[in-house]
Amino acid sequence: MSHTLAEKILADKCGKDEVFPGEFINAKVDMVLASELSGVLAVDEFEKIKGARVFDPEKIVFVMDHFTPAKDINSAEIVKRCREFARENGIRFYDVGRAGIQHILLPEQGLVVPGDLIAGADSHTCTYGFLGAFGTGIGSTDAAAAMILGEVWLKVPETIKFIYHGKPPKWVGGKDLILHTIGQIGVDGAMYQAMEFTGEAVVSLGMADRFSMANMAIEAGAMAGVFAADETTRAFVEKRSQREGKYWQSDENAEFAETYEFDTSQMEPFVALPYLPENVKSVSEIAGQEIDQVLIGMCTNGNLEDLRAAAEILKGKKIHPDLRAVIIPGTQKVYLDALNEGLIEIFIEANCSVSTPTCGPCLGGHMGVLAEGERCLSTSNRNFRGRMGHPNSEVYLANPYVAAATALAGHITSPNEVVN
Amino acid sequence: MPQLKKQESQAIRGKAWKFGKNIDTDAIIPARRCNTSDPKELAKYCMEDADKDFVKKMTPGDLIVADSNFGCGSSREVAPLAIKSAGVSAVIAKSFARIFFRNSINIGLPILECPEAVASIQEGDEIDVNTPKGIIRNLTRSESYQAVPFPDFLQQIIDLGGLSAYVETRLATNNGKDDS
Repeated sequence: MSHTLAEKILADKCGKDEVFPGEFINAKVDMVLASELSGVLAVDEFEKIKGARVFDPEKIVFVMDHFTPAKDINSAEIVKRCREFARENGIRFYDVGRAGIQHILLPEQGLVVPGDLIAGADSHTCTYGFLGAFGTGIGSTDAAAAMILGEVWLKVPETIKFIYHGKPPKWVGGKDLILHTIGQIGVDGAMYQAMEFTGEAVVSLGMADRFSMANMAIEAGAMAGVFAADETTRAFVEKRSQREGKYWQSDENAEFAETYEFDTSQMEPFVALPYLPENVKSVSEIAGQEIDQVLIGMCTNGNLEDLRAAAEILKGKKIHPDLRAVIIPGTQKVYLDALNEGLIEIFIEANCSVSTPTCGPCLGGHMGVLAEGERCLSTSNRNFRGRMGHPNSEVYLANPYVAAATALAGHITSPNEVVN
Repeated sequence: MPQLKKQESQAIRGKAWKFGKNIDTDAIIPARRCNTSDPKELAKYCMEDADKDFVKKMTPGDLIVADSNFGCGSSREVAPLAIKSAGVSAVIAKSFARIFFRNSINIGLPILECPEAVASIQEGDEIDVNTPKGIIRNLTRSESYQAVPFPDFLQQIIDLGGLSAYVETRLATNNGKDDS
């Protein structure tokens, strides 16, 4: 029988020849992931379970990234608890100064390869689909169970196929394709389903663009967002990991729940307006909206390619005097590479604040929280009410070109308006 | 698998508090309150950004009745934990976001998917729920609604009282990985 890429990975992980949408499985995980926010509850649960032992310390990773460097005493306490648990159990542990935002960090460290099943107590674990892996968000008790059993219970999802035709114009990248898609299908458009991204437009995209797309699959309610791993993927993985991946593909006559087709050749950059990622307009429709803060980086657009995009716009210029910009590289390595390439100098010369890697402001933690009535244009992935601070603040989501252009203009604008 | 002692199912009865669609986890418990795993602390801020007076207005035993995609967004387990700790006895919705759904089952917060109930129940209606049967009774309007039943696999976790109990059962019967 024919199957989708997602079904093939899940069948492989539960030792079956095939699995079908709707089927409940206990699947073996290649990595269990938690941050300090989800990890602390997982540790609480783990310690309550009689006879609990970690199934394989090499396959468990805690990344301290949400409220780090510790933003307050409570945060310091939960990081401490995770740190102590990690030491006691010998699991992989990434602390301040050695870490970064988990979803950029794991692939960079070679901890994820195509065909893997990653169960992460963070909703953006769906990101690993950019590598042809099946990443999916779980909760903290789930993470505790997975740390003990090495398994996670899953319902095999249906797959929705998205075909992107044409060649995206300048300034349009993976972020725009996924914003447009969520705008079309809604924040529950792929609930309990897998999204598979295909077509000549995405095949031509680099890994950072694919990353942004898979990262935001959860914003359509999806369980996972996957790409078939190809030669671009192989080149990325072979530089970072010794492990050989499995390069699954959907069968030609695999059954998809739905198929959507988009022409990317006429697209403009898109912006998602408050308070849902589905409130999508083209940048020209929303141009002129005044902005108080620009945030560039985070998991969605915190790869080196994203920082290059922002620097291309900001080079030799100063941001608007009434606006502040915060730039957050995804990991220590991204930060160092950006420094060596001269990108950090461009940002500082442009009057941007450059922060150590952290999820901080994206979820209203620290390093750029918003006051009442303030508006932020961000390259992150969520714009729910109160997401970045005061319940009456607003977040607009866009790509790094649009974010940098907006920082220069002081209001939302197309990159075309600020480049010579 | 041998049956562990089933959780005593608690009586679920209280007033309905209605919410709209796409209530995200930041509305249920904003991240600024998530620097703790203490249920009592979390309970104080339950639904804060959707209705800042919710905790003051509700009485333990009351129910949340919401439209579609309840609990979308983050994977934070403190979202169902805050609801449970605030004393909400059950959440009825047209549909639940996937991770919120599994977190609720895992920690033993009763959830019921029932579009018909959501359409009929008005704020303040007195509701009674029989969770094993999935029957929701509206005492104010003398109506009753049938929730979507859980698949057997999930019902087993629910009957045990949550995922941790399921793991203990697995370990106790050597089905777990502890001997490998």
